[in-house]
Amino acid sequence: MLLIPCPWCGARDEVEFHYGGQAHVAYPEDPSALSDEQWGRYLFFRENPEGDFAERWSHSAGCRRWFNVVRDTRSNRIKHVYLPGEPRPVTP
Amino acid sequence: MSRHPELGNIDRSRTLRFVFDGREYHGHPGDTLASALLANGVRRVGTSTLLGRPRGIFSAGAEEPNAVVQIEEPFPEPMVLATTTELYDGLVARSLSGRGRLADRPDPCRYDAVHAHCDVLVVGAGPAGAAAARAAESTGARVIIADSGPPAADRTRAYSAPDPHGLGTGPQTRVLARTTVVGYYDDNYLVAVERRTAHLGLDAPPDLARERVWRIRAKRVVLATGAHERPIAFAGNDLPGVMLAGSARTYLHRYGVLPGHRAVVFTTNDSAYATALDLAAAGLTIAAIADSRPEPAQDWADRARAAGIEVLAGQLVTEARGDGEVASVLVGTRELPADLLLVSGGWNPVVHLFSQSGGTLRYDERLGALVPGESPQAVEVVGAAGGDLGHGSGEPLWFVPAGDYSRHFVDLQRDVTVADVWRATGAGLTSVEHVKRYTTAGTAHDQGKTSGALTSALVAHATGVAPGGAGVTTFRAPYLPVSFAALAGRDRGALHDPVRITALHDWHAARGALFENVGQWRRPWYYPRAGEDMAAAVLRECRAAREHVAAMDASTLGKIDVIGPDAAEFLDRLYTNLMSSLAVGSIRYGVMCRPDGMVFDDGTAIRLAEDHYLITTTTGNAAAVLDWMEEWLQTEWPDLRVTCTSVTEQWATVALVGPGSRAVLGDLAPGLAVDRAGFPFMTWRETEVAGIPARVCRISFSGELAYEINVSSWYGLSLWEAVMSRDVTPYGTETMHVLRAEKGYPIVGQDTDGTTTPQDLGMEWIVSKKKPDFLGKRSFTRRDTARPDRRRLVGLLPRDPEALLPEGAALLAGDRMAGHVTSSYPSAALGRTFALALVSGTHTTLTTRSGVAADVTSSVLYDPGNTRRDGAETETAAPPAGGFEAPVRRSPLAGFEAEFDGLRLAEAPFLTQVNVRTGTPLTPPGTAVTDGETTTVWLGPDEWLTVGPGAARGVDVSAQRTAIRITGPRARDLLAHGCALDLHPDVFPPGRCAQTLLARTQIILIAESDGFLVLVRASFAAYLGAWLLDAATEF
Repeated sequence: MLLIPCPWCGARDEVEFHYGGQAHVAYPEDPSALSDEQWGRYLFFRENPEGDFAERWSHSAGCRRWFNVVRDTRSNRIKHVYLPGEPRPVTP
Repeated sequence: MSRHPELGNIDRSRTLRFVFDGREYHGHPGDTLASALLANGVRRVGTSTLLGRPRGIFSAGAEEPNAVVQIEEPFPEPMVLATTTELYDGLVARSLSGRGRLADRPDPCRYDAVHAHCDVLVVGAGPAGAAAARAAESTGARVIIADSGPPAADRTRAYSAPDPHGLGTGPQTRVLARTTVVGYYDDNYLVAVERRTAHLGLDAPPDLARERVWRIRAKRVVLATGAHERPIAFAGNDLPGVMLAGSARTYLHRYGVLPGHRAVVFTTNDSAYATALDLAAAGLTIAAIADSRPEPAQDWADRARAAGIEVLAGQLVTEARGDGEVASVLVGTRELPADLLLVSGGWNPVVHLFSQSGGTLRYDERLGALVPGESPQAVEVVGAAGGDLGHGSGEPLWFVPAGDYSRHFVDLQRDVTVADVWRATGAGLTSVEHVKRYTTAGTAHDQGKTSGALTSALVAHATGVAPGGAGVTTFRAPYLPVSFAALAGRDRGALHDPVRITALHDWHAARGALFENVGQWRRPWYYPRAGEDMAAAVLRECRAAREHVAAMDASTLGKIDVIGPDAAEFLDRLYTNLMSSLAVGSIRYGVMCRPDGMVFDDGTAIRLAEDHYLITTTTGNAAAVLDWMEEWLQTEWPDLRVTCTSVTEQWATVALVGPGSRAVLGDLAPGLAVDRAGFPFMTWRETEVAGIPARVCRISFSGELAYEINVSSWYGLSLWEAVMSRDVTPYGTETMHVLRAEKGYPIVGQDTDGTTTPQDLGMEWIVSKKKPDFLGKRSFTRRDTARPDRRRLVGLLPRDPEALLPEGAALLAGDRMAGHVTSSYPSAALGRTFALALVSGTHTTLTTRSGVAADVTSSVLYDPGNTRRDGAETETAAPPAGGFEAPVRRSPLAGFEAEFDGLRLAEAPFLTQVNVRTGTPLTPPGTAVTDGETTTVWLGPDEWLTVGPGAARGVDVSAQRTAIRITGPRARDLLAHGCALDLHPDVFPPGRCAQTLLARTQIILIAESDGFLVLVRASFAAYLGAWLLDAATEF
C-alpha cells in the first residue's frame, strides 16, 4: 500500500487514488494534421522505464485533483510531486 | 516423557481436557497442543504425504514442518500448527497426512480489521524487542509492540525471553499479544493478524472478533523477530523423536515438558550445550553430545563433562534408527540407545519481514546464514534477527556424508530428500528457484522455514559455488498462513461490498421487487405478482409501458452539474455531437468517446442556462465520467472556466412511460401544460408535481411518450407514491432493457465493449461534421476504425420465434465467426424473441454454434417511424383523480440512532449543503470553520462545502449527502475500523476535515469538539449505517 503525497491533502493510502499513466503526454495541438502513425503513437505508446518515471495520479476519493509525481519504479519511492502544467523536476 | 514437577509457565491448578486422534488427554492452561501432546507421550502427530512416513513434533514454534493438524472442535480448521495452538478445554484435533478439511458450514465467528498508526512498531517482544520498545517509549513516542505469544499477564512465570513486565507502560503504547506481523509492504505499511479468542475455545464470546487484521503505518520499524534453528540432513532425520535442540529447551522451561528420557545431542555450535545441561539438570539422561567441531568450545565441553555428559568432538550422527520413532542413534560406528535426538545445525535469523521491506540479504559465512543488509525503508533489525546470536558457532554443517541420500530429509513436509536435490542439480538445474519448483522443497505450509537454507546450501555444494552463492528463494508475505476469514474481516454477507440504494428502495423491496446489481447499485429488476415468473412479469410490465402507463425508478443515472462561461465549449469537446447549439430549455442526447474513438458513455445534456448544463451518465459509469471530465479540465484545458459537481443523489428520478403518461402527468402537475405543442419532445420544464418542486424532462428511452420527473431525493418517495396512486405499473430494469432494445437503443457496456465506435452502432448522425475537433474525432479516420468489415449493431429475429439466443453467443456465417449476440429478449410488442448483435459483414442469416438460425434485420424493430414518441394527436384528458397527499420529506437514515459504551451515533438529517467553487479561499486547506450555525468545509484548492443555513452561492447538494454524527470518547476507535487516516487528536484535531474512505465508501470527515461529523452520499448511507453498527458490536 503506497503512501502517495497528494499536493493538497497530504499523504494518503494508494486506494484513494486513480492512476493516470505517463505524464506530459499532451493532447496534440491539431490531431487532424497528424498521420495515422503519429496519432497512433499519441494514443497507444507509453514509456515503461526501470527507474524514474513521471506519471499522473488523481486523488479520486479525496480532493479529486490531478497531479504529477516522479516515482522510481524500482523502489516505488516518490521523489517529486508537482502540479499539472509544471515542468518535470530535474532529478539528480 | 513427562512433566517436570516445577518448571514451566503452566497453571497446574487447572486441567484442560482435549481429544487427539480420538483419544482423550489432559493438559494445563499455558500449554500448546504440542506441549500437551508431548507431556502425554504422544510423539507421532502426522504422516508424511508422499512417502507415508511417521512424523513427530520437530520444533516449538512457527517454523514447525510436521505438527500440522486438523482442528475439529469447536470449529473445523485445516492445517493448524500444534506448536502455536494454545490449548483449551474441549479442543478436538486429529493428525493429518497432507491437506486438511475445510468446514462444511459457514464460520459463525466474527472477524475484524483496524487501522493503526505509530512512530515505532516493534515486532517481537523478546529481550531485544523489549529493550527497543522501552527505549522508544521513554521518548514519548507512539509505540506498537506486536508479539506472537500470549500477553504477559497470561504468563505465570517468566522464562528466558521476555521479561514482559514493564512493557506497555508508555502513555501512547499499544501492546498487541498473540499478534503475528505477516506482511511488510511499501512505505512502512505492515499487516498483522491478532488471534483474539481462539485460545478460549468453546468459551470464546461470540460477539468478539475471533481474529483481527491490523493495518499498521509506522514511521519506523524495529524487527526483533529472532532466529530459527537449522536442522542437519542425515539418514532417518525425519523420525519422531528427532527435534530441534533449542525447541526441547523451550518445552522444558515454558511448559515443564521433558520431551524424552534419553537423548543424544547433535550440534555444530555452542547453543545446544545449554539445552543438554538444562535437560540433564531436569532429570533427562544425555547419552552424548556429538559435536561436529573437532575442537568444541572448551568451557561448554568442560561444563558438559562435569555434568557427566560424554562429548564426542568432531563426530557426526550418521543415522537415527527406530521403528516409527527414534530408538537409537548411530554416531560413527557407535550405536547409542536413545528416544530423543536433539539437533542444532546453527541458527537462521528470521529475515522474512526485512526481506519483504525491500531489504537486501547478505550471506554471513560465520553463521552460515542470511543476515539483513540494507533496506530502502525506515527499519532496523535487532537481536538474533540481525545475526547477533550470542553464542559461538563452528563450520556450518548441512548434511552428513553418506553413500545413499534417499533418507536424508531436507523438507519434511514435502518429503524432499538430499537425493532429490542431487537429482535436480544432476539434471542441470543451478538456480535455487528452479530446484524449488523441480523438487517442491519449500513450497509447503511452512514455506521452507527449516528447509530453505538447507536447500540453498545443497545446491551451492552440488554446483561447486561458495556457500551462499546459490542465492535464496523470495521471502513472500504472508510470513504465516492467514485464514481467508481474517482477510475478509467484516466484508462479508450484507457488508461484502458497499451497496447503493435510491430513496425509493424500501418501496420496491416492500412490493416484492427482485433486485439487479448495477455497479454497486441495487436496482429493481422486475416486480413479480403472485404466481408470475420473471418472463411473465416482464411481458406484463412491457405491455403496460407500451399500451397504458408505467413508471421506473431512474434515480441511479449519474448526474453531473456543469457550470461556467466555457461549459458549452467544454461539452463540445467531450461529446461527439454539438452541445453549444442546444437552446436553453432543451435536451440533447450525446455520446462520449475516448480519444481512440471508442464509445465511453452516453446520456443526455439539458441546458439550464447559457452557462449551465446538467448531464446524465449511465448508472455504472457516473464516477468514471466525472473523473474523465476533471482529467481533461485539470490536465489539458485548465483555461476553460468550468466546474463539475456530482448531483446524482441530489435528485430522485421517476421515468413515466406510455401512452397514458401525459394524462397522469397532467393530473399530478396541474400547473404544467402537457399537450404536444406546449411541452415538445426533448425539452424540460420546471413545475410542481404532486406538490413537489420538480424538473420534468420530455425524453424517452423506450420510444413511447415518456417523461422523466426529477425532484429532491428527500421527496422522491412522495413523488413515487403519488405516481403509483394513479394506477401506474411499476417496472424494473429488465423491462427497461427490453423496451430500449426493441427500439435498437444500445446500452454502453452491454452492446459496446470498448472496441465499438458510434458508427459501429449505426449512429453516424451523432458524430458532428461541423466541429473542428472533439475527443475521438481523429480516430474515426484511422485505417482500423474506418475499415468496412467492422462489427456493426444489427437486429436478429430467430427463425423459431420462441428461441432465445444466449447473450454473448458466437454467431456463425457458415463456419466463419461473424459476431456475437449482445442483447436478447422475448418481446411482448413483437410477440416473439429478438436480439441485438455486433456483426461483421452483410448477412441474411446467422446461426449460433448450437445451430439456432436467426434472420438479420435492422436494429430498430419497433416503431421505426417514431410515431409513438409524442403520444396521441388529441387526448381525452383523464378525469382528475382527486388530488394527492401532502408531500413528506424523508432523510436517507431516518431514525438512525444508537448508543454504545463511550459512543453515540445519530443521523443529522436535512442539513443545507452548498458546493461552492471559488478562487478566493474560504478556509485553509484541510480545515472546517464554523460560525456556530454554518460550517465551511475545505474540499479542494478551489472547492468548499457549506453545511448549515448560511447563504452561499453554488450548487445545492443538500440531498446529495446525509450526515452521521459520531460522538463520545471512542468515536476515533470506531472510525479506525474502516478509515486509514491517522485520527490521533494531535494529527486530526477538532476543526480538521478530510475527504477520504470509510468502509470503502467516500466520505467527508469533519472533526468536532466531541467527535466527528461524517457526510456520506445518500445512496451509501444505509450501507454505512449498517457497517458502523456492525463495527460497534464490541463497544
